[in-house]
Amino acid sequence: MLEQFAQAPWMLWAIALPLSGALLAFALPRRAAPIGVVTALLTAAAAFGVLLQVALGGARVYRLGGWGAPLGIDLLADGLSVLMLAMTAIVGTAVSIYARVYLVTSPEKVRRFWPLWLFLWAALNALFQSSDVFNLYVTLELLGLSAVALVALTGSGPALWGAMRYLLVSLLGSLAYLLGVALLYHAYGTLDLALLGARAEGGLSLAVPLGAMIAGLLLKTGLFPFHVWLPPAHGSARAPVSALLSGLVVKASFYLLLRLWFTFTPEGQGLPILLGSLGAAAVFWGSIQALRQKRLKLLVAYSTVAQLGYLFIAFPLAGLDPALAWGGSIYLALSHALAKGAMFLAAGSIMTQGGHDEIDELDRVVDRMPLTLAAFALAGISLAGLPPSGGFVGKWMLLQAAMAQGEWFWAAVMIVGGVLTATYVFRVLGFAFTKSPHVHEAHDVPRTMEWTALLLALGAVLLGFVAPWALPLLDGVLP
Amino acid sequence: MSSGLLFALGGLGIVVIGGWALVLRAHLIRKVLAINIMGSGAFLILVGAGSMGGGDVDPVPQAMVITGIVVAISATALALALVLRIANATGKPALPEDRERDLMDEEGM
Repeated sequence: MLEQFAQAPWMLWAIALPLSGALLAFALPRRAAPIGVVTALLTAAAAFGVLLQVALGGARVYRLGGWGAPLGIDLLADGLSVLMLAMTAIVGTAVSIYARVYLVTSPEKVRRFWPLWLFLWAALNALFQSSDVFNLYVTLELLGLSAVALVALTGSGPALWGAMRYLLVSLLGSLAYLLGVALLYHAYGTLDLALLGARAEGGLSLAVPLGAMIAGLLLKTGLFPFHVWLPPAHGSARAPVSALLSGLVVKASFYLLLRLWFTFTPEGQGLPILLGSLGAAAVFWGSIQALRQKRLKLLVAYSTVAQLGYLFIAFPLAGLDPALAWGGSIYLALSHALAKGAMFLAAGSIMTQGGHDEIDELDRVVDRMPLTLAAFALAGISLAGLPPSGGFVGKWMLLQAAMAQGEWFWAAVMIVGGVLTATYVFRVLGFAFTKSPHVHEAHDVPRTMEWTALLLALGAVLLGFVAPWALPLLDGVLP
Repeated sequence: MSSGLLFALGGLGIVVIGGWALVLRAHLIRKVLAINIMGSGAFLILVGAGSMGGGDVDPVPQAMVITGIVVAISATALALALVLRIANATGKPALPEDRERDLMDEEGM
């Protein structure tokens, strides 16, 4: 019995469960919320099943229908996949519990939120386990379409504009990626990532498709200067949706970028330095814009632009000790997902309580919602990279990689970026401790909302302690 | 020049034409059409490049294109629904930066 349980195809369940849950929630709109929460818990359990299987037994392959590559579709779960699956499961569970309470006032939105969110989850889990470039394209599109529809859920003019721009950018990015897939297939006659990696030779037949795919993925990840679509979309969505978009969706295209990079390991120093420089520019531009925002959710959204920049600083630093630089970048991505998820959920609670999210008008939030403010502060600690948070571990590894090579410029970017992060977090905390000049009608915020944000933020801080177990999973995945 | 290469080059041209319209046209329906045209170009490249080797035609690119068309239809449906919602909510099927432009008189640009 136990043996069967340990050998169950959890990889398949992690995709099939949210997919069937989504259809069920769509077919039974009145029961959407309970169906959604149950599906979320089951999906998270399946994701941790995959995590355990891979942690104990190494990378796994599941051949859909028993066909096998190159004709069939293979699912592959290795250390990097399972870390992403676990990240999605943790943020996804917290957001599901939060959304169950948050959306209760608008039944119309409940009916639409759950199917879309479960489709999104299925797309994420499928993307993290796909091992051929065309399957990855399909999951990327499913992900983009459900994410856009979730942004449009808000229904106001600015949110619809944000959703439309997001859709156009997302489709353009996927098209560039698809063009790359077409050229790769033409050049090497296979779609399987591992086979492509073995067959690919340098030169134009690799550089052109890879360039198109990377450009498309950068557009979807929102790396500076392709970030313009991101703050309006993430800032105008409902709080649980913003948490999903900023925490998980942008990580999916970054993950895919890493996969391609690890498979093809492009030669030369030009592209890594370009990506690193764009990352550095994103850190500064995003942080400065975050400091200038008047609305809390836009501040958090611009913070995402800045934090995404950090992930790209690993590219120019991977030369000497790849495990250190890539490990740091991946760990930053994980802890950003938890911290940013918590931050958007906390912002949602603050907005529900005060009815607005003007930073200057925050009215003694510390007295009224100490748990929510603690969640915001803890998430801020992880974002700024203070010990012992997960953000600290990631940044510390990147800093070590920079210093070992005497690359002081990249080290300076990371330190200044950390200071800027702390500044915009404290700006919010400062207004939260003081009385606002105007009186706002206060609304009650359910305790569940406050606690889920706090637990997620605690998770981001505690992530620093699980690094000794999490990082070895990446052995063998990194180049 | 083989017919496969001709199709692939034609596809590339269509992608460029679509991209041009996507950037320059303000009316959202035109932008959605532009994305569709770009998609058709990408499919043409897939099929054209797939039949460049001579001999039997490779079925894998055809299968990919069929999947791609399904994806494109879903994306178009979502995009058109969004355009409709934007037009209803804001009175004009355009993004905020294009709201001042005359959406109907775009032939000469």
